[in-house]
Amino acid sequence: MSDQLSDLYRDIIMEHYRFPRGHHHVDHPDISNQGKNPVCGDEIEIKLKMTGEKVENISVNCVGCAISVASGSMLAEIIEGKTLPEIKEIAEIVKKLLKGEDIDENLDLGDLEALRGVKKFPLRVKCALLSWTTLVDAINAGKFGKSIQTTSTE
Amino acid sequence: MKSGRMTTEPGEAIGLPATGKAIDPVRIRKDFPLLKRRINGQKLVYLDNAATTQKPETVLDALDAYYSQTNANVHRGLHTLAEEATSAYEATRDKVASFIGGVKREEIIFTRNATESINIVASSWGTENIKSGDRIVITQMEHHANLIPWIMLAKKNGADLQYIPIDANGYLDLSHINDIINPRTKLVALTHMSNVLGTINPVEEIISLAHKVGAIALVDGAQSVPHMPVNARAMNADFLAFSAHKMLGPTGIGILYGKEELLRGMTPVTFGGEMISLVTFNDVTWAELPWKFEAGTPNIADAVAFSPALDYLSQIGMDAVRQHEKELTGYALDRLSEIDSLKIYGPRNIEHRGGAVSFTDSDIHPHDLAQFLDSRGIALRAGHHCAQPLARLLGVSSTARASFYIYNTSDEIDMLHDALKEARRYFKYE
Repeated sequence: MSDQLSDLYRDIIMEHYRFPRGHHHVDHPDISNQGKNPVCGDEIEIKLKMTGEKVENISVNCVGCAISVASGSMLAEIIEGKTLPEIKEIAEIVKKLLKGEDIDENLDLGDLEALRGVKKFPLRVKCALLSWTTLVDAINAGKFGKSIQTTSTE
Repeated sequence: MKSGRMTTEPGEAIGLPATGKAIDPVRIRKDFPLLKRRINGQKLVYLDNAATTQKPETVLDALDAYYSQTNANVHRGLHTLAEEATSAYEATRDKVASFIGGVKREEIIFTRNATESINIVASSWGTENIKSGDRIVITQMEHHANLIPWIMLAKKNGADLQYIPIDANGYLDLSHINDIINPRTKLVALTHMSNVLGTINPVEEIISLAHKVGAIALVDGAQSVPHMPVNARAMNADFLAFSAHKMLGPTGIGILYGKEELLRGMTPVTFGGEMISLVTFNDVTWAELPWKFEAGTPNIADAVAFSPALDYLSQIGMDAVRQHEKELTGYALDRLSEIDSLKIYGPRNIEHRGGAVSFTDSDIHPHDLAQFLDSRGIALRAGHHCAQPLARLLGVSSTARASFYIYNTSDEIDMLHDALKEARRYFKYE
């Protein structure tokens, strides 16, 4: 029991929760979106500034539980310098990881590895997905420079 | 009260205490098989009773006996089983009628849950009687079940929806009540007890104000009928809605009480078998009350198994239930107040509140808190408790909520207290 709990609240997750990356404001973003998890009440706002094809600056502001805040913080850390197709690829890997599906063993997941424990807590998967779904929706909508309709993970 | 106040007196027989006696939760627990379960290797501490309660063995046995001995459709067929099923189903209706103060059996409609009960009133009475420019009054502390039907009705019929506000202590603010319940008001709908704040509202007073301006009053009794004596007649409610599963009964059975003259004038919202008296190719005549509101084969088994739940509560006595919960709630408020990081919502005076205690920790998100407590075997709810506008008013996206019933003990509240302290150490805030 508490072993399983520590699997959810791994040290890396708690560290991201306490000191979330990207917790600032990006002016004149090229991509932005707000996400909500209506059942929990968790809310997130993500803004990206691009230079050419790549993400130059990102802000992630999340009000939520440890899992949603930590996942958003990891997102902020990982996608800097990545292209939009690369971001979508990483988001797919995160989804697979959270759903317990097979992923390439050789991938270096970095901090994302810590999200592996979430799959044992099915009710918490949507917390970990909030930031990723919010960003991918914005990329897919392609409405750069303004907020698309709010993403909801329900 | 860490020990002693609620322990078994020697020499008492196992079983239910006689009416009027204080509740012995330790003894009561023996009647609830699920409470023997272990969760994550720990003894289960079930504190989510405002969501649903556990069921005594008599209810489980009644469900089993119904399907293995009596099962048949009701109100049709002249065979023995059909007669037995019908009389068992109708016997529950009589028990419900007497449980809420001796109303008429014709005034008790079986529904799926309190939500459906309220929706029937909104769809039928509401649609036919609320006109453009009329006013509907509800409160800021309503559960979505007693909020959304009125938002929809107000939109559909062009009515004006007004809210009785709440004050900083979680009470209804009645300072402008005569402006809110004005002569244009046709319906006042309010909860008897808040599922978030625990506040017990002065329903009699508000119903009387509603009647003075010619409005009718609906009371959401989902959190009150299971926990205290509720007399629909004395309260003078025009409608009262509640659910069996929050008072030891099965899921899938709700009750709509309505005054006979109102129910008589209402058009059913569901049409089909069982609810008609005469059908031609062109027209229908509705069945008598209460059946005109019970179209199709009803949830017979769960209605039948609701009967022993009512017996169980009646034998304990609702005064004793209320007294037990007052003691537990007072104790919980005291113990939780010892933890500085906790903010507790709702009235502090146990005379004005029931046993649903919502709180937040200044550092730990309610979902993380609930997850931690679950690992210690403690089940409570975290979320907005189906009252999003109220949560926003309280300035939170969610809260944790512990809610008590007849089988909860002060020891369990101590365990909750200790686990909440431990959570702060676990998440490294202490």
